[in-house]
Amino acid sequence: MAALATGGGMPSDGATSFQRKVPASSRLATIAGTRPSVRHGQLLLSSGLPSLDCVLGGGLAVGTLLLIEEDKYSIYSNLLFKYFLAEGIVCGHNLFVASAKEDPADILKELPAPLFDDAHKNQVNEKETAIKSKQESQESMKIAWRYQNLPRIEVSPAASARIGHYYDVSKMVSPELLQSTKWHRFFLPEEMSLHPEIKTCNMTCGYTRLLQSIQRIIYREGFDGSYPQNKAIMERVTNLSDTVVGLESFIGSERETNPLYKDYQGLIHVHKIPRLNSLICDVSGTKDLAFRLKRKLFTIERLHLPPDLSDTVSRSSKQDLAESTKLLRSGCGAMAIGKKHLDF
Amino acid sequence: MFLELNELLNASPERPEQGKLTLLCDTKTDGSFLVHHFLSFYLKAGCKVCFVALLQSFSHYNIIAQKLGVSLTAAKERGQLVFLEGLKSCFDVLFGEEQHVRQTSPLRFVSEDGSNLKTMYEFVRTSLMASGSDSWKCPVLLMDDLSVLLSLGVRPVDVLDFIHYCRVAVCSQLKGNIVVLVHSNDDSEDEANELVVNSLCHQSNLILWAEGLATGFCKDVHGQLKIIQKGSSELKAERTLLRIYQYKIQDKNVTFFARGMSAAVL
Repeated sequence: MAALATGGGMPSDGATSFQRKVPASSRLATIAGTRPSVRHGQLLLSSGLPSLDCVLGGGLAVGTLLLIEEDKYSIYSNLLFKYFLAEGIVCGHNLFVASAKEDPADILKELPAPLFDDAHKNQVNEKETAIKSKQESQESMKIAWRYQNLPRIEVSPAASARIGHYYDVSKMVSPELLQSTKWHRFFLPEEMSLHPEIKTCNMTCGYTRLLQSIQRIIYREGFDGSYPQNKAIMERVTNLSDTVVGLESFIGSERETNPLYKDYQGLIHVHKIPRLNSLICDVSGTKDLAFRLKRKLFTIERLHLPPDLSDTVSRSSKQDLAESTKLLRSGCGAMAIGKKHLDF
Repeated sequence: MFLELNELLNASPERPEQGKLTLLCDTKTDGSFLVHHFLSFYLKAGCKVCFVALLQSFSHYNIIAQKLGVSLTAAKERGQLVFLEGLKSCFDVLFGEEQHVRQTSPLRFVSEDGSNLKTMYEFVRTSLMASGSDSWKCPVLLMDDLSVLLSLGVRPVDVLDFIHYCRVAVCSQLKGNIVVLVHSNDDSEDEANELVVNSLCHQSNLILWAEGLATGFCKDVHGQLKIIQKGSSELKAERTLLRIYQYKIQDKNVTFFARGMSAAVL
């Protein structure tokens, strides 16, 4: 990035003595943790999850509103909040935490600890070597020889210049790091008790209070969509928000025990992406996205179910189906030597 | 402006129509490309435009208008465009320090309890009133968008009153045009919004309804546009024309084609 390059670098290996001059006043103020977008030139901020950033077209634009529809027990949406707040802490931003149910101080204590780059690089290197070894073993495909020339299916969206960090969910953020960040709080029951003359206790008056105490801060909120009488408000808020993402977790549904979905914890629906400064936006081509949570990694991948090799027409959750999925995990490469016989 | 849309609507910048209310509606998709079309169309036609932009900032519209061949800053400087930037004015009204600014701003209703759109109407009227030195053609009021007013606490009846006053002032007195964007949903539970949309549908002369495809997401066809042209009231014999086209949005243009005739399919 031109804005981040420092002038007067040492010439490496005597190649050239060209020194880059930094303009006297940089065009874009550099705020830590942001980068300008290629598509529309606005500053982008990471949402805390690099894979969510990829799905949203590079990140969240500064000054937009991200609305998250919670999943059934709001487990993963709370996790997304924590990632976002942790990202803010790591980048040194000021935080504004507004909560109606839980005290903001408690929320901040439970943020995941960041993994810094050297720890992650080892992981990336491991992954790369694993991929290379797989490729070598797939040199010749026997049955599916026509597919040999096709590129491998991209399961996770390619990560371009990363601005996010990875977090370790099992460790809590260190208290020293917490103390060094400035944060503001807004806790709805507190505000209500301070101003008892306001009779109605609905979200709109909470919003006036919220508005009065916000400066130039990016915030996001989750909405509990379980109350049917609020559907009209849900529609209005969805229309007003710039980015809308919905989470659907598999907990409690019949998909939890379905072996086809056993790697994933839920689905992600991207309902809306803003079109800033342009008629078009970076909407991804696939709408079937599932998320998977591991201790150090929260990835969003394209959901693809393996082909059905069973004799019967309908796909049901059979045990041997699960086994054949293991063999076919690497795409159409490996030979399907499964328990089921295939006759052609 | 999109040339293909001009052909479909049989409109040309040399002779813009007068006294019409055009309703832009979108369902489950983003219909703002129609707003950009009409903005650049009327500016190229030489009309005086009052743009009430409540959704996005000025630079957003400016960058897109430049791609379509019009410069909003130049239009503002020569007095052809009066731009009300809702986001900034709202901020001034709520947190502004000067009492005077707060009293006379067109968005005064945001800070007060009442949903009185009178100041906004006055603003529209004074900005579109022809002053002596102007040589612009018919005045145009462009609103993006009306559903936001309902979210700001204005009652639907007041929104309809405001549109009625504007129609009287702009369409019949000043012989101008009005273009308004609203959002709608087929099975919407937002009754206030549906009330406004239904009422406007009856009042408008031309309705452009952008919808997502019923079959789901497609990379090559971004949606479907329904064009409903009502016959003018003098000739009652004319029937309402309903045409449906599909469209694909590109960086600087939107292409329209008959249903099923997308370039990706042919």
